[in-house]
Amino acid sequence: MMQPLEGSQALARAVALCRPQVVAAYPITPQTHIVENISKLVADGVLNCEFVSVESEFSAASVVLGAAAAGSRAYTATASQGILLMNEVLYNIAGSRIPLVLTCANRAVSSPLSIWNDQQDSMAVRDAGWIQLYCADNQEAVDTTIQAFRIAEATELPVMVCVDGFTLTHTLEGIDIPEVAEVDAFLPPFEFGRKLDPRNPKSLGTLLSPDFYPEARHSHHMALEKAQAVIEQVDADFAAAIGRRSGGLLTVEGPEDARIGILTLGSVIGTFREAAEEGTDLPAAKLIKLRSFRPFPVEALKAAVAGLTDLIVVERALSPGAGGIVGAEVRAAMSELADAPRVHNVALGLGGRDIPMSSYAELLALAERDAPLRFAVFDADLNKLPEEDR
Amino acid sequence: MTTETHIDIAELRKKQPRFNAIDSGHRACLGCGQALGARLVGEAVGPDIIVANATGCLEIFTTPWPESAWRVPWMHSLFENAGAIASGIEAAMRAQGKSTKVVAMGGDGSTFDIGFQALSGMLEREHNVLYVCYDNEAYMNTGVQRSSSTPHAAMTNTSPPGKARMGKRHLKKDIVQIIAAHHTPYAATASVAYPSDLRKKIRRAMEIEGPTFIQIHAPCPLGWGHEGHESIEVERLAVQTGLFPLVELERGELTGVMPIRQQVPVTEYLKRQQRFRHLFAKGDSRAAEELEHIQALADHNIEVYGLRGEGVDRFDTEGSDTVHRGGQRWA
Repeated sequence: MMQPLEGSQALARAVALCRPQVVAAYPITPQTHIVENISKLVADGVLNCEFVSVESEFSAASVVLGAAAAGSRAYTATASQGILLMNEVLYNIAGSRIPLVLTCANRAVSSPLSIWNDQQDSMAVRDAGWIQLYCADNQEAVDTTIQAFRIAEATELPVMVCVDGFTLTHTLEGIDIPEVAEVDAFLPPFEFGRKLDPRNPKSLGTLLSPDFYPEARHSHHMALEKAQAVIEQVDADFAAAIGRRSGGLLTVEGPEDARIGILTLGSVIGTFREAAEEGTDLPAAKLIKLRSFRPFPVEALKAAVAGLTDLIVVERALSPGAGGIVGAEVRAAMSELADAPRVHNVALGLGGRDIPMSSYAELLALAERDAPLRFAVFDADLNKLPEEDR
Repeated sequence: MTTETHIDIAELRKKQPRFNAIDSGHRACLGCGQALGARLVGEAVGPDIIVANATGCLEIFTTPWPESAWRVPWMHSLFENAGAIASGIEAAMRAQGKSTKVVAMGGDGSTFDIGFQALSGMLEREHNVLYVCYDNEAYMNTGVQRSSSTPHAAMTNTSPPGKARMGKRHLKKDIVQIIAAHHTPYAATASVAYPSDLRKKIRRAMEIEGPTFIQIHAPCPLGWGHEGHESIEVERLAVQTGLFPLVELERGELTGVMPIRQQVPVTEYLKRQQRFRHLFAKGDSRAAEELEHIQALADHNIEVYGLRGEGVDRFDTEGSDTVHRGGQRWA
């Protein structure tokens, strides 16, 4: 039923529908409303689970790791500094191939301190071995959360659902929350074959010598590669069960014959969609919404850019001293194409800087450049900086 | 006239099969106090447990993949999160309606230092977990570096003695009191030199619904600098000198101690270990001063916990773990 809900409230309802048995909670802006809402559902008897209020994000990640290893469906949420504090555990969860779900309410990383939205936090942990799915709006966030448990449990990989902080988490919009019976049919109870069980004792997290370590890493990598098909399949199954898609690995919107493409992840896609609709005098452009950043869908991306002369990669984070993170990976994928488009790469809206509709036209103008733009913090006003820092 | 009784030990053993959570064949050093401690804990905890093990020697020497010495479900995650991993497993057991007890294990580095926050959180949230700390008083797995459990004046590779220093400058952290200050239902210290006492405490902790903590003093021949076969002798001296008091605290109140029948001077304990050899340097006035200081620490423990025994007690430092015919040994 469609109802007006704050993003965090809707996410809490979506999590509850998945019947997690253990939820670990620690506050951090802009994630806090999610665990607050879950705790209310627990207090009201709507959700029956062990709600563990931990003393740090490090312990939040560890609690869900222990719980899932013991065979319980587990969930936690965090953002920014919290995800960085979890970093060591995130690698451990993924390397141990423990399925669980975490929401990252994307926020900038200190220093300088900023509580506002960009995606530096989840990008900083991109190599931890998790599946990372980015959501364009709150409906996608709800649906992706439910899908995430299915994907995690099918692949024995943890899934991070990335939801732009404030822009989505604190925005009230009309959201359809699926029915309990629909979700129960879509998401069967969690059965973990390797669970810690005194009747069938196993040792988990042992020491690997160089004789075995590369094989373990290879199989982890392959598990993520194979997860691409699972992500697509689960999205299709969700559509069959509940009637909506969230966008599989990636989706392409816009005119077939467009020669310019804009690729981005997260909620900024909504701004670009609207700008494209209103900007009838602007050049035609395709919008590529990258939903799965890990695994990185190289083949799907190669197909998506067919016919483009210019691809503008817009991201919400950067690797200082190197440039774009998504941009670098897109360029690497493009190197496999004979007729690859030119790639322009910008970071936009860092630390919560508003991304106005007008930025869409400015981005499209990059296609007119003689040489592709390797990388720029696109909306940085250099006049605010001393001469030597520009 | 006496009646002779012949006991066939092998036959007796068959009649008293004991489950052990940890099996032989692991790769601990000769005389390892932690391996012995883990075996004693493993005898007392029974099969219906799940172990959460912090990074450290125990984790390393029991699980070189694809081998494992564990007969119970066992999980190792990281150095500093055994308390939180145990919390998560316990929450899962609760959610699944199971009574399986969770036992967390870590060394002094992971318990006193890097994993202290996660442990404190576990205690505060009252998870039904027994946390066992094997205390060998330094980071032994990384090659003997000082921890906050390292006793005053001990030499480690990061607290070496020299012209300007006499080993570790600071005091050993009083972890059991800090644990007890969490209103913990049961917190106790034990020693691998007193196995009956140790097992009795483990069993007591296992019976309690809620967080419990046992700190097991465990010699490390490599880190302490003594022969492997001397571990038990050296460890007994740690208790008999008063340097490592064996106590039980319930919700912060002292409820039990092992009395010391005959207090042994600390020098008897210290001189057996290379880590204290700088305290016996001839003509070094600082050494004499430190020895006095350490004796004062032992005397203080004896005073604070009332460890001075009143005559012969079968459970004091001389009587405990004497083999009593008739089954008293397996307390």
